[in-house]
Amino acid sequence: MTQPSETLLELSGVCKHFGGLAALSAVSLHIKRGEIYGLIGPNGAGKTTLFNVITGLYQLDEGTFSFDANSYACCKPHLLAQAGIARTFQNIRLFANMTALENVMVGRHVRTHSGIWGALTHNRATCAEERAIAGRAHELLRYVGIHRPSNTLAKNLSYGEQRRLEIARALATEPKLLALDEPVAGMNATETESLKALLQSIRNDGVTVLLIEHDVKLIMGLCDRVAVLDYGKKIAEGKPEDVRRDPAVIAAYLGGEA
Amino acid sequence: MDILFQQIVNGLVQGSVYALVALGYTMVYGILGLINFAHGEVVMVGAMVALTVLQILLAAALSSVLAVLCSLMVAVAACMALGYGIERVAYRPLRNAPRLAPLITAIGVSIVLQNLAMMIWGREYHAFPMPFSNGLHELGGAIITDVQIAIVLIALLMMAGLMLLIHRSRFGRSMRAVAENPSAAALMGVDINRVISATFMLGSALAAVAGFMVSANYGIVHYYMGFMLGLKAFTAAVLGGIGNLRGAMLGGVVLGLIESLGAGYIGDLSGGFFGSNYQDVFAFFVLIAVLVFRPSGLLGERVAERA
Amino acid sequence: MKFNHQSKPMLAAFAAALLVLPFIIDSLLGHGWVRIADFALLYIMLALGLNIVVGYAGLLDLGYIAFFAVGAYTYALLGSPQFGLHWPIWAVLPLGALLACFFGVLLGAPTLRLRGDYLAIVTLGFGEIIRIFMNNLNAPVNITNGPQGISSIDPLSMGGFSFSKTHELFGVDFTAVHLHYYLFLGFTLLVIFVSLRLQHSRIGRAWMAIREDEVAANAMGINTRNIKLLAFAMGATFGGISGGLFAGFQGFVSPESFSLMESVMILCMVVLGGMGNIAGVVLGGVLLVILPEAFRHGAGPLQQALFGKIVVDPESLRMLMFGLALILVMLWRPAGLWPSTQRRRELMPDETVAQQEQDTVYDAAK
Repeated sequence: MTQPSETLLELSGVCKHFGGLAALSAVSLHIKRGEIYGLIGPNGAGKTTLFNVITGLYQLDEGTFSFDANSYACCKPHLLAQAGIARTFQNIRLFANMTALENVMVGRHVRTHSGIWGALTHNRATCAEERAIAGRAHELLRYVGIHRPSNTLAKNLSYGEQRRLEIARALATEPKLLALDEPVAGMNATETESLKALLQSIRNDGVTVLLIEHDVKLIMGLCDRVAVLDYGKKIAEGKPEDVRRDPAVIAAYLGGEA
Repeated sequence: MDILFQQIVNGLVQGSVYALVALGYTMVYGILGLINFAHGEVVMVGAMVALTVLQILLAAALSSVLAVLCSLMVAVAACMALGYGIERVAYRPLRNAPRLAPLITAIGVSIVLQNLAMMIWGREYHAFPMPFSNGLHELGGAIITDVQIAIVLIALLMMAGLMLLIHRSRFGRSMRAVAENPSAAALMGVDINRVISATFMLGSALAAVAGFMVSANYGIVHYYMGFMLGLKAFTAAVLGGIGNLRGAMLGGVVLGLIESLGAGYIGDLSGGFFGSNYQDVFAFFVLIAVLVFRPSGLLGERVAERA
Repeated sequence: MKFNHQSKPMLAAFAAALLVLPFIIDSLLGHGWVRIADFALLYIMLALGLNIVVGYAGLLDLGYIAFFAVGAYTYALLGSPQFGLHWPIWAVLPLGALLACFFGVLLGAPTLRLRGDYLAIVTLGFGEIIRIFMNNLNAPVNITNGPQGISSIDPLSMGGFSFSKTHELFGVDFTAVHLHYYLFLGFTLLVIFVSLRLQHSRIGRAWMAIREDEVAANAMGINTRNIKLLAFAMGATFGGISGGLFAGFQGFVSPESFSLMESVMILCMVVLGGMGNIAGVVLGGVLLVILPEAFRHGAGPLQQALFGKIVVDPESLRMLMFGLALILVMLWRPAGLWPSTQRRRELMPDETVAQQEQDTVYDAAK
């Protein structure tokens, strides 16, 4: 391994079509290590499509996609998780009938190894691993600020807690890139503020964050760099304050707000 | 060459019956997302009721045309009532239950119907009376009977009627709305329960007609006849893409053809090792193969990832 | 389902009860019922195997009996006069399990990406294919002896100890059905142990995650295809083992024992008892073996007493009652008779849940 480059994720010329509809056309962007990178755009701009390409749910039609200096042009979600991309979902997708703790423990799956034999014999390595998994899961629950009994079923958590649990579950996979799909959707101002603090501390712990958001204020206050998508094309990229002055962006998206 | 035509004719006839039954499965699945395991037994009940009414009416020396029509109507009515009852008793209370619960009640209903039929009509095979002379026709070297022609025609008619009903009528529109999104449909003022009941009744009516057709074609009725027929029809529905009406029709015909061609040629293909008793294997193998390459069936739309 | 220290005496009492159970059954109900208990254990094993597939991983398998058939026929073909082979049990049982596992992977590998109900019909088709082959592989080369099945299968025996003979121990006669009871009990406990251990393991959690949300599980780095295949293979293996035991116990196998209805029955055991909960599945297995038998023994005499004659065929009355019981139990308890704690909580109103959580140990909030 050579010294890790500054760029963590790089997309160039990415295209994705659904039938005749071009959801993404020739999108190129790169995300640097340790930054919080925002992706904004009006509804239907292709944000979630791009997100699904990065996390392996969709295969891209054209272009290249490299992560951590490896190319992943056509890759399954679990391999990308293995490589270090973890995600949350826009409409929360927890394991509803499992406990909060178990949800996070599932996130450890990709970094642990014990199989059938270990499960049956409860050998020393397996027991130690189980303890470590549970311990780390407890830590993460505290870290994201879920102070409920850890055996609460995920579906019985409040909305805000479910969002946080998703983040805890994603963090459990030890990601290099944490990709969040509208994490503050439906939250009130206080909840948004505390989530913002959480994201900052996640970044300070060395995890790169990719953020898709409708909440422009959050993006502007939090992100180091921002890209703007419109009709499947990247129309601007740069520091938040530059982007918000960009005429193309104002025309396409910010409109009256800017 | 004669065999080929003959098998195609047989396959089309059998396929028409499968298609009618498959429509019942696929409609219920489209609306409730559940496998109505008892649907095959509805076919059997339809055949049994038709048999009994036909016997009585013929014994009363009613004209044959009238007797056949009456028995068909009584069978349709009985099956519609049965379909309504099944939904009310076994499915409606479980609409929000875990996914497999209604499957088990459906299995229960199927067992109950089968054994009730056995109690009422006995274990023996009954001859299905045929009041008309069943004329034979030759079609490009293949033999086709009047009954078989009637089966294909009636099946086509019923399917056309169903398509009209679903795509042109008010009821059809509510049905499609409920299939698309039940809660949204309810908010728009669609009475979901009525639509679901009506769907079950519609499917059961088709099943009754199908039951009558098979009985008339083979001249035999038996309390166990619904099971395999239901299984095949469900296979046909899945083959075409379950939840899709055109898929059910296509799947039915395709399955019918596969079976009859398979039965006709499997011996030659395998050098005499496999006989026509492997007909069912053939059907299931094709099913598995189709699903492996087209996971949503022939006409099923690819279900987008629910991200 | 973890046993803590307080439950140890309970556990001992339970074990003792299990050990003397066949004698109690024998003296109270008669010899025939011990045989039924043996079958109940076989079916519990099957139900537990299916529970891994359906209850843990959430894959609807309607052809599970096929794996039972593979195990049974493996035993039957290698330990009967059919080919004149008489392989020992320690070779035949594992081989049957292995073959069943192989068939599980063979079926699962191409089909496990199918959505729930498509998978159901494919497994159902597979079950039928296996049965039809068993039924027809008597010509032109006679392998399975067709619908007549294979008889005079070697009884289960281990190192000269035959389970089909009466042995005397401490002045007590252990007849064949008693000995099979203990053998099957041992296997059942083994299957329970394996299920329990798997349930609370990394693999078990991955299965449940897939059951809950496959897309999310995949995104969390679980190789969903392999993990599902693993569930399928495990379930099939258990099916194969019980199949071998079944063949040795019954001494006779025929395709009739492996019809779709059998698959359905096993699924009913799992769902009726309580999917995903081992105790529930065991309960389901016991009930679904005993109920029809009880109806069989009760239906005739009851009619005699009520009407003075047999009005309806007791066999169909028995199945009728059974069908009704299935419907009623599911209507009464949609999550099964004994659902897992999680499902139980799910069915409770929220306040009770909150209360219940107050009572449990706080281990997260410190």
